[in-house]
Amino acid sequence: MLERAHILVCGGTGCTSGNSKQIAAEFERCLKENNLDKEVKLIMTGCFGLCARGPIVVVYPEGSFYQHVQPSDVAEIVSEHILKGRIVERLLHTEKEADGTYKAINDTDFYKSQKRVVLRLCGIINPEDIDEYLAYDGYKAYEKVATEMTPQEVIDTIKKSGLRGRGGGGFSTGMKWQFAHDSVSDKKYVVCNADEGDPGAFMDRSLLEGDPHAVIEAMMIAGYAIGADQGYIYVRAEYPIAVKRLEIAIGQAREYGILGKNAMGLGHDFDIELRLGAGAFVCGEETALLQSTEGKRGEPRQRPPFPAVKGLFGKPTLINNVETYGNITQIILNGPEWFASMGTEKSKGTKVFALGGKIHNTGLVEIPMGTTLRTIIEDIGGGIPNGKKFKAAQTGGPSGGCIPASLIDTKIDYDNLIAIGSMMGSGGLIVMDEDNCMVDIAKFFLEFTVDESCGKCTPCRIGNKRLYEMLDKVTKGEGTMEDLDKMEELCHYIKENSLCGLGQTAPNPVLSTMKYFRDEYIAHVRDKRCPAGVCKALISYKIDPEKCIGCGLCKRGCPVNAISGEIKQPHVIDPAKCIKCGACLEHCRKNAIVK
Amino acid sequence: MKTLAELQAIRDRKKAELNNRETPDGSDIKIVVGMATCGIAAGARNTLKAITDEIEARGLTNVKVSQTGCIGICKYEPIVDVILPGKEKVTYVHVDADRARTIIANHVINGTVVEEFTYGYAVKG
Repeated sequence: MLERAHILVCGGTGCTSGNSKQIAAEFERCLKENNLDKEVKLIMTGCFGLCARGPIVVVYPEGSFYQHVQPSDVAEIVSEHILKGRIVERLLHTEKEADGTYKAINDTDFYKSQKRVVLRLCGIINPEDIDEYLAYDGYKAYEKVATEMTPQEVIDTIKKSGLRGRGGGGFSTGMKWQFAHDSVSDKKYVVCNADEGDPGAFMDRSLLEGDPHAVIEAMMIAGYAIGADQGYIYVRAEYPIAVKRLEIAIGQAREYGILGKNAMGLGHDFDIELRLGAGAFVCGEETALLQSTEGKRGEPRQRPPFPAVKGLFGKPTLINNVETYGNITQIILNGPEWFASMGTEKSKGTKVFALGGKIHNTGLVEIPMGTTLRTIIEDIGGGIPNGKKFKAAQTGGPSGGCIPASLIDTKIDYDNLIAIGSMMGSGGLIVMDEDNCMVDIAKFFLEFTVDESCGKCTPCRIGNKRLYEMLDKVTKGEGTMEDLDKMEELCHYIKENSLCGLGQTAPNPVLSTMKYFRDEYIAHVRDKRCPAGVCKALISYKIDPEKCIGCGLCKRGCPVNAISGEIKQPHVIDPAKCIKCGACLEHCRKNAIVK
Repeated sequence: MKTLAELQAIRDRKKAELNNRETPDGSDIKIVVGMATCGIAAGARNTLKAITDEIEARGLTNVKVSQTGCIGICKYEPIVDVILPGKEKVTYVHVDADRARTIIANHVINGTVVEEFTYGYAVKG
């Protein structure tokens, strides 16, 4: 029978870690108890995007957006909302209209400025039920290309749309397909790069978790276009929910005859296998990924020959990122003109960003290309918490760079980001406020790349290590002005001489912070001072005897007993014992602790 | 192995099912059932069930059913509001399963208000 209400519980990674599975189980129990399980449908969906407010539950047809739901709230939602039709206001998303009523999901600031193309079904469908994907025109795009279009027409459509690779480089997707199509071979492969490794990026993960069939269908279309009958999805083993849902999706598609011999009865074979990556960052680089897929050590190799000519098992291979595939079915169904109508002159369509760091609405957002950083941070992101000032945004992860506050009105697209010394990358966007030290940030990302360098080529293996050592000196107040010049020179050397994208972009965080925040580097070197108060070697904690009332809170909060003093007398910190953890600062109610 | 026609059949069946997962826009017909304690005691649950059954049986995709609480005239429960796009809200009273089916057929589908079930009619006697 037709269910009168649908309860959608977020089953993305963020909300799952917030116990959403237990919430769903509790709903099931309460619905049964009230004999409602036949008239109300309960499903777990993919990510809604507003992870900061998770666990999230949405109830249709009202579209009530419940946030921070706990298992103990479930009985109230069932008895009030489902049984009696009274929305549980205390759990609603807090944004209100001018007249005091609560806003529907799509009208909230967070969703209003977004344009969801890739994420269109995340948080709408049950990713473990192929029928729900079918209901939203699922596998119609493949039916269309296989019955109405030649492979060349498919490629021309993708070219015309202006779609560029969403994995970071931004190469034209249509051109890539053309190269793979033009290579002559008895066997070709289609590969999906789901080895998302940038710290803070989780858009590919969410798409695979929320709408796995969209990626499968896009790979079938790619297979048809280039003449391949086998696909591989290379996905991180650290993404257990994504892996599980992909396995379910592939199983259901095979059962329906959508994947396999004579797929959908349309005369072409196509099947997909999963390959689990063990978590090496370098395996996100396409040549290393192909090596790893073959079962070899994940090391990059020289290009050319490009994978489109000589890829997996030495055969022509098309390799695209998850989000790139996420656009394909929509371009086929809605036409390239529709897609090209979004975005800027050279960057079409939308881009998904994983919003993190010092921002209210951490989560997943999809915006048209050309949206300004200001819109993302202030409107969608809800601004910086605690009244702090925006300092910079980091895009592109360890390969990217910083966008300083002075460039907040930059329109985000591939070319603008490169022009200001950053890059799109896979789409992590980390927001920083005045409490972040830019030297420390550069050090964090460089430490990551030093760890993840595969060690094959010298500039990356040794160059980045030396660069890190110099940066470490700076954060300890031991750097010299000559070091800064040497660092810059070394950065350029590493960029020009490394074998693969990892090394070629590794110095970017250092270069861009040196460009926009050189004064902070100089403060560390010349004044032996960390302006943001982050670098431990350069700060010390003291108690202002004028302000201290001798309450003893700091003394009790100190983990190493470095604070002494009689009750009602000013206390003192012993610098020899102090580990600079900042616990006293958090405990003091009189602002008597100074850095 | 499913044929293309079978896949299309799944799409159509499922689409009707998932229809209420979109927030209503201006072109939808809204049916609101009073489901407070008074409404439920008067049998609103059966009314609601009849309405959803009827919508499914007739394959209506532009109708959104929701519930509301007590509006204060408990002796007239179960109460059902029907709102056609661009039209005034019509309030029906004492709506049992049979009345609900009549309302769907006459008002929701054909646009003719069932006068004798309305609140105004009941008050005037």
